[in-house]
Amino acid sequence: MNPLLSIRDLALRIGGQPILRGVHLDVHAGQVAGLVGESGAGKSMVGRVVLRLQPEDAHVDRGEVAFDGRDLLWMSEREHATFLGRDIALIPQNPMTALNPVARIAPQMTDVLRMHMGMDRDDALARALESLHDVQIRDPERVLRQFPHELSGGMRQRVLIAIAFACRPKLIIADEPTTALDVTVQKQVLRLLKRLQRAYGTAILFITHDLGVVAKLCDTMSVIHAGRIVEAGPVAQVFLAPAHAYTRALLAATPRYDRPGEALQPIPAALTEQLWNEARTLDTGAA
Amino acid sequence: MKVSVRFSFGLAVLLTLAVLALSAPWVAPHDPLEQDLLNTFQPPAWFETGSRAFALGTDSLGRDILSRLIYGARAAITVAAVAAVLAALLGSILGLLSGYLGGVVDAIISRLVEIWMAFPPVLLSIVLAAVLGAGLHTVVIAIVVIDWTRFCRVVRAEVMVQRSRDYVASAVTIGLPPMRILASEIVPNVVPLFVTLLSLEMGIAIVVEAILSFAGLSVANDTATWGSMIQEGRQYVRQAWWLMALPMGCIIVSVLAMNALGDGLRELVDPLSRSARR
Ligand SMILES: Nc1ncnc2c1ncn2[C@@H]1O[C@H](COP(=O)(O)OP(=O)(O)OP(=O)(O)O)[C@@H](O)[C@H]1O
Ligand SMILES: [Mg+2]
Repeated sequence: MNPLLSIRDLALRIGGQPILRGVHLDVHAGQVAGLVGESGAGKSMVGRVVLRLQPEDAHVDRGEVAFDGRDLLWMSEREHATFLGRDIALIPQNPMTALNPVARIAPQMTDVLRMHMGMDRDDALARALESLHDVQIRDPERVLRQFPHELSGGMRQRVLIAIAFACRPKLIIADEPTTALDVTVQKQVLRLLKRLQRAYGTAILFITHDLGVVAKLCDTMSVIHAGRIVEAGPVAQVFLAPAHAYTRALLAATPRYDRPGEALQPIPAALTEQLWNEARTLDTGAA
Repeated sequence: MKVSVRFSFGLAVLLTLAVLALSAPWVAPHDPLEQDLLNTFQPPAWFETGSRAFALGTDSLGRDILSRLIYGARAAITVAAVAAVLAALLGSILGLLSGYLGGVVDAIISRLVEIWMAFPPVLLSIVLAAVLGAGLHTVVIAIVVIDWTRFCRVVRAEVMVQRSRDYVASAVTIGLPPMRILASEIVPNVVPLFVTLLSLEMGIAIVVEAILSFAGLSVANDTATWGSMIQEGRQYVRQAWWLMALPMGCIIVSVLAMNALGDGLRELVDPLSRSARR
């Protein structure tokens, strides 16, 4: 079966500096694809290109981003916008800043429904109420009348998850959706995400640096370093038989529940040095 | 909802000024232009030599100070309201476009603002007065022409800050069209700042009106304004200091009130500061 989202050889530069160096990535319908890598590897940038939220000075050199057989990268802005919210949605990283501080929750939840589902105000409100139930928010009527600053971080992230799922999109891009939350809330939110994903058969591109979360949540995973995918495959396969030295190093640097006593290994400097050299060779080769 | 003392003070002064301005012909005890040459330089009533007939005394021509102050409020509040609102609208719309659209539009508007601000404002108003003739409308036009840049710059900067906010990106990712995003995400977040600027501008307009009157550029001599009263009182400051002190007091209180009003209004329209005060 064709993947729902297929990224081929995506290369992007900002001010001449290569950020993505030929990214390949597939997300299949109804599956969760993890994208892991260290800070600055380019994880968020991949998600931003799909949503066309890359910085204004970013320049896409080459590549293809196919969604449902359509090329998102080169279609007009207007056409691309018709996918947003309806077919592709985002769960942002920081729930504290992702809601409009001067608007109540109700309009922020109903906007997307009225926009894409052609609902009138009352229908949209009823649906919003329902989705707040869905994300297990207590007293949803009250929450709809509140302003974002009156909600806790966990509640805001639930609201954002509800907004993302509102139109039952085919694909959700979740960019470290729980890093801004504390650990116990993180677990609840991830469990909720998984439950909704299963219930609605949504595909998720799950961006994280936490391999533990990938193991629990994802079906497939890709490891990114310096804007390159160094390894990709089904989660079980990558965890049990990592093919790339960098993946092995990442795994050795991650605490594991099944081997609590084991000492964690920092990623060897020689390995990162070698990877960066490879990346630079790619850059000169392309130029 | 709890309302701060400063806000109440500001609102009270503004309302008083507005009521006085509207009802000046009825509340003023005398005609502000009526001369009484037998009763010149009367001190206010609470002085020993003061008279009940002239509560705040009379000027060099025996005109009633209280009545002149009331009519002066009329000029002040008209200028403050009309000029500040026009300057605010003009500047904010340009600032909004500049900050939101960016690119060529931004470049053109920003250069215009820079060039505009290089002109000395006093010179600009003198030129305007020379071209348009003295009068309240000249004062209003001068303030709008000079002060729109103040709004344009601040609103532009704020819009650019707003544009990079996460919730604007979120609005983009749910597919809201650009004009909707401007209307529902950006403008409401600029309103608190706009309100503060507007009331500060009203204070500034009152001062500018006084300065232009003082310089004789505002209104013909037969209209009472606070600025012209200060100008006339200046000559007699040794004999009758209140001639100058009273209109100055009016200006100071009004400007303070506008500033207080601005702070208070911002708190009222901004849900964040609203909850911070709880
Ligand atoms: N607006 C920008 N201008 C210039 N460079 C940028 C910009 N945004 C990101 N970058 C660069 O792009 C690279 C990838 O950034 P990205 O945000 O995708 O990293 P990430 O993998 O998501 O990291 P993190 O885990 O810290 O979120 C980084 O080297 C960063 O410095
Ligand atoms: Mg990131």
